[in-house]
Amino acid sequence: MNPHVDFHAFAPEIVLTVTIVAVLIADLFTDDSKLPARIAALGVLGSLVPVLTLAVDGQTRSLFGGAFVVDPFSLVLTGFFLVAGYVTLLLSFDYIGEGDYYQGEFYVLLLTSLLGMIVISSARDLISIFVALETITIPTFVLAGWRKHDTKSNEASLKYFLIGVLSSAVMLYGMSLVFGLANSTVLVDIHKYASGHTPALFAVAVFLTLVGFAFKVSAVPFHFWAPDTYEGAPTPVTAFLSVASKAGGFVALLTIVRLGFFPSGNSWQPILWVLAAASMTLGNLAALRQTNIVRMLAYSSIAQGGFILVPLAVAGDVRGNAAWQAVVIYILIYGAMNLGAFAAVIAAARRTRSAEISRLAGFGRTNPAIAVMFSVFLFSLAGIPPLAGWFAKFVMFRAVFDANTTVAVVLGVIAAVNSVIAFFYYSGVVRRLWFDEPAAGVELSSPRLPVGLSAAMGLMTAVILVVGVYPQFFARLGEIAFQRG
Amino acid sequence: MQLNEFLILAAFLFCTGAYGVLARRNGVLVLMSIELMLNAVNINLVAFSAFTKNVSGQIFALFIITIAAAEVGVGLAIVLLIYRNLHSPDLDEVDQLKG
Repeated sequence: MNPHVDFHAFAPEIVLTVTIVAVLIADLFTDDSKLPARIAALGVLGSLVPVLTLAVDGQTRSLFGGAFVVDPFSLVLTGFFLVAGYVTLLLSFDYIGEGDYYQGEFYVLLLTSLLGMIVISSARDLISIFVALETITIPTFVLAGWRKHDTKSNEASLKYFLIGVLSSAVMLYGMSLVFGLANSTVLVDIHKYASGHTPALFAVAVFLTLVGFAFKVSAVPFHFWAPDTYEGAPTPVTAFLSVASKAGGFVALLTIVRLGFFPSGNSWQPILWVLAAASMTLGNLAALRQTNIVRMLAYSSIAQGGFILVPLAVAGDVRGNAAWQAVVIYILIYGAMNLGAFAAVIAAARRTRSAEISRLAGFGRTNPAIAVMFSVFLFSLAGIPPLAGWFAKFVMFRAVFDANTTVAVVLGVIAAVNSVIAFFYYSGVVRRLWFDEPAAGVELSSPRLPVGLSAAMGLMTAVILVVGVYPQFFARLGEIAFQRG
Repeated sequence: MQLNEFLILAAFLFCTGAYGVLARRNGVLVLMSIELMLNAVNINLVAFSAFTKNVSGQIFALFIITIAAAEVGVGLAIVLLIYRNLHSPDLDEVDQLKG
């Protein structure tokens, strides 16, 4: 007997898997170093095609006993991950090509991690969430340590690996207890179980599971690996880790809370509240005193992660889907802003040969185009209209006001104070770019920027400006994500 | 045999592993401690699965065993890399990145 398998439903995954194999084979049999990169980019764009056909079809498809579901939510996020992956490829082409690294393997690992991400947006049970999460992280352990002979890169990889594996173990222990109590790994059944009376052990299980996720999304107090890993890893990999990999963690967290633990609010709301408040506050305060731009962006992304957690933490008191929509919209906009910021860091580092903020002094006079886009990304991260970042903050605060409970309002006040603190360090960099005298020794006339890098920066700037002026575009995506298919 | 006996064994193993990860400085021993934690999870899953006659726990355990092997493969490669560059498996010596 052959079970009926809906191949259309996971066509994006199939296209990407075929691409991974093709890249590996191409790298094995040709000396043309550009070919694997071309196949990789083409494959990522190719897997967007079935995402579009599935979106046009609009039907909710549930496979493997409800473990893998293709619905509007998963399609919106699959699309986001594929675009983010493509932009990461644009950033990597020349960085990896010039560095005398193993190119083929780099793209294979990057695409494998991307495969995990598009699976996680459809995963609807504990086993598939776990497998997808590990498919995301295991290749990134290797990518973080890509510069084999650089001890800093080794250290980045080691710290990321140890924390990543430890967090998986804690998360799995929590999941095993959830399975034992609910007697099922499918989130729908866990939802049913959580609706009834749950023993105290269930709260422990939820706590351990969420702690595991907190490591993955580098929420305070489980963040200490992030700045070190981000600094030591190659910069395109850092961009990938801080956007795609982190978003993968958030998507899994959103899915497991929304579809699994939701009815048992007392077990998950306090944990997420503390994580959100601590991430925003500590992330921003630590970012204030950084002198290295990559470390600053690392702490900034921890703080932004805190902002993403805010609507999740108050979701229990928000009617309808406003809180979930806020999370998705924030993830989409954060992705564009942070990818852009890291693209600008790579572009600037090509000229200054350094990641120190002090070396960026007067960069606006020598390289105005890069500096303008860099400023756009930083101001957007700070949340200044008319750049996209303001809309992300707006939907977050709207969720807080919808909840309208004391704890939610307190969290909203913490978020508001933190938005102000964040403005200081973002604008500090912008001030340096434009108002400081150029530092001695910075090359003024340098070779042209690679096309991929310029395209990535231009694309992200366009997205940020368009969404900032016309936020309905992403707002609509947020609505679509939670429509019944 | 009761379910509790298995759960207590698993909890004990998990704590031993967690202690090992935090206290050991040798990279290989840290990896072994992580394996202990993952195996504690497997004991939990298989025990629940056997007592509730729900086979998905055993499937979960199989996936964990497979992925743990992949993780340790990557982990050993990283520890080996550090041993080559620093000539020591001591993780405390890996401390260039701070702040």
